[in-house]
Amino acid sequence: MTTPTAEPGRAPLDAERARLDFPALEARVDGRPIVYLDSAATAQVPRAVLDTLARAHVEQRANVHRGAHALAGRATDAYEVARAAVQRWIGAAEPEEIVFTSGCTAAINLVAYAYGERLAPGDEIVVSALEHHSNLVPWQLLCERRGLRLCVAPLDATGQLDLARYAALLGPRTRLVAVAHVSNVLGSVLPVAEVTRLAHAVGARVLIDGAQAVSRLAVDVRALDCDFYAFSGHKLYGPFGVGVLYGKRALLESMPPAFGGGGMVEEVSLERASFAPPPLRFEAGTPNVSGAIGLGAAIEYLERFDKSSLERHDRALVRACEEALTAIGGVRCIGSAADKLGVCSFVVDGIHAHDLSTVLDRRGVLVRAGHHCAEPLMQHYGLAATVRASFGIYNTERDLERLVSAVREAKELFRR
Amino acid sequence: MSDLSALYHATILEHDERPHNYGRLPEATHTAKAHNPLCGDRIELWLRVEDGVVRAASFEARGCALSRASGSLMTEALTGLELERALRLAERFEALVGAQRRGARSAPVREGETPAELDALEAAASLEERLEPLRIFGPVSAFPTRIGCAVLSWDTLRRALQNEPMAAALRFEAGLARREPVK
Repeated sequence: MTTPTAEPGRAPLDAERARLDFPALEARVDGRPIVYLDSAATAQVPRAVLDTLARAHVEQRANVHRGAHALAGRATDAYEVARAAVQRWIGAAEPEEIVFTSGCTAAINLVAYAYGERLAPGDEIVVSALEHHSNLVPWQLLCERRGLRLCVAPLDATGQLDLARYAALLGPRTRLVAVAHVSNVLGSVLPVAEVTRLAHAVGARVLIDGAQAVSRLAVDVRALDCDFYAFSGHKLYGPFGVGVLYGKRALLESMPPAFGGGGMVEEVSLERASFAPPPLRFEAGTPNVSGAIGLGAAIEYLERFDKSSLERHDRALVRACEEALTAIGGVRCIGSAADKLGVCSFVVDGIHAHDLSTVLDRRGVLVRAGHHCAEPLMQHYGLAATVRASFGIYNTERDLERLVSAVREAKELFRR
Repeated sequence: MSDLSALYHATILEHDERPHNYGRLPEATHTAKAHNPLCGDRIELWLRVEDGVVRAASFEARGCALSRASGSLMTEALTGLELERALRLAERFEALVGAQRRGARSAPVREGETPAELDALEAAASLEERLEPLRIFGPVSAFPTRIGCAVLSWDTLRRALQNEPMAAALRFEAGLARREPVK
C-alpha cells in the first residue's frame, strides 16, 4: 500500500518486515535476537546484496575497462550500472560525476590531494568543530603540506553549527569548506545548503561528508549545490571497501589525478602520461568491482522504499530513544540540536561508557562506546567517552525497550 | 547476571569509586603516562624506587571501572616489591587476564607454573601472595575487548620502569589483546 506522500511504486518503510531481509540480525545472545544499534559505524547487509555479491564473483568476475572478453564486458556493465545507481541515489547530473573509492575516508583524502595541490600558502580551509577524524585529519595534513590555515567553525550550545560564526570565518582566502552533513556523535543535521551558499559567496568550494546522511536523508547534491559529496558503502547497507566521491563534472575535469596507475590514463610513454577524463582519472588500479556492484544492489534494495519514509522512521527512533533514556533518570543525552538523525549519544551518571557497553553487550544490545573518532568534539563536551545507539532501517521501538532495560540493569549492577 | 557480577566484583567497584593511592606522588623517581587511543582512557603512574624496591606507588586515571580498579590494586600490590619481582608480577597478571604479551623478554609465565630461576625469589616472599588480591580480575579473560582496560596500568608500570617506547606500551588496546574466540 502507498501513502499519499509515497513515490510511485515505492512502499513506505516497514521496519519489522525490513528486519527479515538482514540475515546478520538473526544472531542470538542468550536465546534472544541481537539488538543491533551500531549502524552509524556499519550497517548490516540485506540478503539481496549478499546474493548480488556472490553472483558478482561468479558471473562478473573480471577486471573492468580492460579486457574484451565476455566476462570483462559483463563486469564493466555491472560496474557502470552501479555507478548509475549511485548517481540516482544522490541526484547527481551525470554518472561521470561519481568516482568509486575504497571508502568515505579515501574520497575525502582524494580531494585533499587532487584539489588540495592547487592551494597556496596562506589559503584557508574551514571545518566544523564536530567533524569525524576522517574529515579533519586529511585537512590537517594538507595544511601542513601546503602551508594553509585550518579554521574551525564553532558549535552553538545545542551541538548545531553556529551559522553566524561560521559565516564570519569566511573570507577571500577561504578556498574550501569541509563539513559533515549529519554528525556521527550528536546526530545534528547541519544546514549544508546554507553552508554551501555562504561558501560560494566568497568563492570557496564545499565538500560535504555524507557518511551518516546518505542512508537517512533524501540527498540531492544538485539542490545542495555542493562541489563534493563523500560517503561510504558499508554505512549504506552495502559492502566494506567501497565508497563514493561525487564531484561537479567541470571541477573534476579541472583536477589532476591523486594516484597514478592502470585504468586512469589515455596514453603513456616512458616519460609522461595523459589522463583519462573523470571518473576514471581518479580510479587508478583495479577498483573494488564487486564492492561497487554490491553498493549498487544496496541502493536498488533501498529504492523499494519511499525515500521520505526512511527519514521519518529514523527521526522517530531518535526522538523515542531520547525520551525513553532520559525517563530512566541519571541518563543524559548529548546534543540537543532541533534537527537530529541517526544517533543517540548518552552518558549514565557514575558508569563509564565502556562498562555500560559491556553490560549492554552481554544482553545482546550492541552499541558503540568511546570517542567515536571525534576527539575534539568530545573535549568540547568535557567527555572522555559516550555510549552511542545508532539506527538503521531494521530497528524498531522494541529494540529501544531492550536498550532501556539493559541500561536499567547496568544501573543496578553498579548501584548507581 | 552472573558473568557480569563476576567481572564487576564488588571490590572492583569499590576501588573504582574510591581508588587507593590516588594522586601525584611528590617524591616519585619514576613516572609514565599511557593513553589508549581507541577509547580515550588515560592513566598516569608515579613510583618511588629506592635500592631497587618500590617504596611507594600512586596513580591517576580517567577511564572505566576496570582500568581504575586495576590501577588502584596494582599500586597496592607493588608497594614493597623488588623491581624484578614487580615485572614478574606484571607477567603473572597479564597471564591471569588472558593478555598474551608479544615479544616478552622471558618465556610467558602461565598460571600455576613458575620458571625455575625464580623459585628462590618466589620462596623469599611469595609472588602468589601479591597476586592473590588481583585474582578478582580473572573473569576479564572472558571479555576479550576489556583485557586492554585491565592491563593498561601494568603496561604503564613497564613503561615507567623500562622507558619502553609508546608503541610497545599500547599493544593491549581494547580488542587487540587476545585473539582466541571466547564463548
